[in-house]
Amino acid sequence: MAVGRITRFNMTSLALGLAFLYLPIVILIIYSFNASRLVNVWGGWSLRWYHEFFGDRAMLDAAWMSLSVGAVSATLATLLGTLAAIGLARGERFRGRALFSGMLYSPLVMPEVISGLSLLLLFVALNAERGFWTVTIAHTTLTMCFVTVVVQSRLTSLDRSLEEAAMDLGCDPLRAFLLVTLPQIVTAIVAGWMLAFILSLDDVVIASFTTGPGSATLPIRIYSEVRLGVKPEINAICTLVIGLIAVIIVIASFASKLSSTRGESAAPF
Amino acid sequence: MSARRIFARPARLAAVAPYLWMVLFFLVPFGFVLKISLSQTAIAQPPYTPVFDVTEGRQALTAALAQLSFDNFKLLVSDDLYILSYLRSLTVAVTSTLILLLIGYPIAYGMARLPQRWQGIAMMLVIVPFWTSFLIRIYAWINILQHDGLLNQILLTLHIVSAPVVWLSTDSAMYLGIVYSYLPFMILPLYATLSRMDASVLEAASDLGASPRQAFWLVTFPLSLPGVAAGALLCFIPIVGEFVIPDLLAGSNSLMIGQTLWLEFFTNKDWPVASAAAVALLLLLVPPLVLYDRLQRRQLEGGR
Amino acid sequence: MIGSAGESGLTSVTAGEASAEAAKPLPEPIVSDMPLLRIEGVAKSFGNFRAVDRLSLDIRAGEFFALLGPSGCGKTTLLRLLAGFEAPDEGRILLGGNDIAQVLPHERPVNMMFQNYALFPHLSVRDNIAFGLKRAGMARADIKTRVAEMVALVKLEGLERRKPDQLSGGQRQRVALARSLARRPQVLLLDEPLAALDKKLRESTQAELMELQRRLGMTFIIVTHDQEEAMTMAGRIGVMDAGRLVQVATPRNLYEAPATRWIAEFVGDINLFNGQVVGREHSRLAVATSDAGTLAVSELWPPVTKEIVSVAIRPEKVKLSRRAPASDEGASHMINRLEGVVVDVNYLGGITTYKVKLESGALVRSSMANTARLDVDAYLAGQRVVAWFTADDCLVLEQ
Ligand SMILES: Nc1ncnc2c1ncn2[C@@H]1O[C@H](COP(=O)(O)OP(=O)(O)OP(=O)(O)O)[C@@H](O)[C@H]1O
Ligand SMILES: [Mg+2]
Repeated sequence: MAVGRITRFNMTSLALGLAFLYLPIVILIIYSFNASRLVNVWGGWSLRWYHEFFGDRAMLDAAWMSLSVGAVSATLATLLGTLAAIGLARGERFRGRALFSGMLYSPLVMPEVISGLSLLLLFVALNAERGFWTVTIAHTTLTMCFVTVVVQSRLTSLDRSLEEAAMDLGCDPLRAFLLVTLPQIVTAIVAGWMLAFILSLDDVVIASFTTGPGSATLPIRIYSEVRLGVKPEINAICTLVIGLIAVIIVIASFASKLSSTRGESAAPF
Repeated sequence: MSARRIFARPARLAAVAPYLWMVLFFLVPFGFVLKISLSQTAIAQPPYTPVFDVTEGRQALTAALAQLSFDNFKLLVSDDLYILSYLRSLTVAVTSTLILLLIGYPIAYGMARLPQRWQGIAMMLVIVPFWTSFLIRIYAWINILQHDGLLNQILLTLHIVSAPVVWLSTDSAMYLGIVYSYLPFMILPLYATLSRMDASVLEAASDLGASPRQAFWLVTFPLSLPGVAAGALLCFIPIVGEFVIPDLLAGSNSLMIGQTLWLEFFTNKDWPVASAAAVALLLLLVPPLVLYDRLQRRQLEGGR
Repeated sequence: MIGSAGESGLTSVTAGEASAEAAKPLPEPIVSDMPLLRIEGVAKSFGNFRAVDRLSLDIRAGEFFALLGPSGCGKTTLLRLLAGFEAPDEGRILLGGNDIAQVLPHERPVNMMFQNYALFPHLSVRDNIAFGLKRAGMARADIKTRVAEMVALVKLEGLERRKPDQLSGGQRQRVALARSLARRPQVLLLDEPLAALDKKLRESTQAELMELQRRLGMTFIIVTHDQEEAMTMAGRIGVMDAGRLVQVATPRNLYEAPATRWIAEFVGDINLFNGQVVGREHSRLAVATSDAGTLAVSELWPPVTKEIVSVAIRPEKVKLSRRAPASDEGASHMINRLEGVVVDVNYLGGITTYKVKLESGALVRSSMANTARLDVDAYLAGQRVVAWFTADDCLVLEQ
């Protein structure tokens, strides 16, 4: 598209759009440092609500549950999603391909109440004890589809003659993949992991369906608190989550910069 | 054997594990939803009959099949509550998608016309909120919209209103929340098609005598329709089944289908009716899902 | 070797072309007696489309062979068959006597230089060149010396640590060349290796490639769109059309003795006059043409068997003069004279091309070297001239 004149209209719509996206979050973060118990009266800066959170056993447990579910499910999802992306991007035509891609693309938009309900019914039918593992499986199922899309679009955009060149120079298909293709999709895989982790950390609905008594995730906790009204402690927790996500994003973007400049002299020969 | 075919075999092998996973945890569960939607409510754990046991063999299966009933679906069509919540879901989804288009298009258009080096930054700025928790973003709005929240404070000090306005638990708050949460999903596909558009096409249009406005409506907009379709589907389908946003921001006098399902499931413990509602919702979503699947496949696989 | 044609210096082409192949009057330089690479009746289809159609070809060790042909005629497909990226539907590919048609690409002693270079973007110049050597399990020290040798060969000293995206187009092309040469393949396949370079760089690289090939004694098969490039570099040229080899010859024979009318028109410029053989005397034919009257043409081996033929003459062999040159009867150089009016003059620097309109309305193209700086010899549009050429310079092509 034309890199044309930046008209006032363009500029205004962009600025308004971005303000709309960011302002509420900024306000939330500021108020998390509010000393006052009344959420809307500014009582000066304080870390009071952070102290409160770190003294709240139940909240900490929920946070730990969320982080571990996030890490395990994101790792599983990255593994499965990358394999699925390879199958779709390099498998050519095979029987059941349409079903496969349909199963992988539709969870991206499927309403969460449906996914949550159906997985719960499966777990009940299998007589599985609900808790950490059921939530982890549910999150893996949802987030691996996102990983698949991210990795697949990177794989299809790659120049296939690179793989041919690797074979021409003596690699069998597996080695060609490991030595030439994999280094080029590493950033997409890392991005996929982050996306999976963050989606898992964010989910209320599916976790509500698939978790058992006594193992609530952080979003479930936050959600039930929020239904009762605004609490300053929630502001602090939300700010911490935002901070964690920001750190992940920054690390990941640094890592991808580094790998693109320093390159892969550490490639496993 | 072509080079592509040499790679195809190991690639297909790689897909076996995710394939089985998705069949087990995505496809098979729908079978259970369907089955339970056809069974009867019971005060038990799990709260439905029949619970058939595969080990009891064929007879048990036929016996169970005989017990299946369409009562739950009959209930769905006879009770106003369900029909109304379906209609409301559709209205909300259509309205929100239109609002999202109206807001998202100018932003995406503005982004695509930025100088190249600014585009990446603008893109980042749009994506980052999407990475931050969606629940937190809704919560942030509750902070602002509540009775003595920031919005009312500002309006009062500016003497625009004389008494605090009720924002929370209204449809406006819900639409605001939906638009806020789904905006990146609308902007990104729109931006993707708009930024791919060849600048020379527009130059050719103006060369052939089109005014900027005409060039937009005759060239840019038609060419961006695939992005419009992708963005609209990406928003419409999940909004139909949305639960958290209406639950937190809208009033409780009319429910969306996702809320009804949740209510039946968690509060009334009526799993069969909840399942029937899910099946009906899914049926409603099949056409847009198929459309979306096509778009996705065309985009990711280059029309293979 | 079964039915090797190497001895005679001729190459076996598909049966139909064999007779046309024999029409070449000039002998070919012999590179080696033994064919290193033998392609026997190889065919490859994509769906219903035959990209390569029962093609046979022998390539001798140490040869520089060029494949020429219009876009989509199957040149790349043929190279991919040789590299192992495609498997033939029928036929055999023998390398040093062994059938390699089903051998996987990474197990073939054949390397390919890709048209888009296909350099690994995540590896440095050095690691790109070393890639194939590491796969071959070469010792570290040997790899080091070989890489240094290759870097020197393609004059990339000092750039070893750069990534491909930090190189210019010409440098990238050298890295690709070094990488494909490093394994010392028996055959190097090059798919339009110079297409992305500008004219000056292309010409100097052509010279370097020829020098390299001679020095290393390797067998090169190059695909190119550029006729001049093929003529400059290759010892032999194979012309492909619609998946078949229609002629294999030295550059000179290809130009001066094209086997068919199609090749004559594809390679260089040519004037064609359709006509009928009306007389035959010694080794001279008289061909009555509708456009240029009766033309005298020398008949070479093999004799023309058909009645309906085309007389072909290259533009640079058509001379112009203001008056008809005298010809003594019975002289060996019988001369054809065509009167007409100059309708188009194009000054191209080294040569000037003219179009002369004959009375019949047909156009004859002529090109003449600009041997003098001042244009005293030039003809002007509208001027009456005589276009003339000798019987020996004419070709007879059967339809
Ligand atoms: N993988 C494929 N599937 C289907 N058709 C193909 C495939 N590869 C090549 N073809 C077809 O085979 C024919 C020969 O292709 P090839 O790439 O060999 O042509 P080429 O002579 O190299 O042309 P160019 O000079 O344009 O590079 C073309 O008509 C092409 O469309
Ligand atoms: Mg080609």
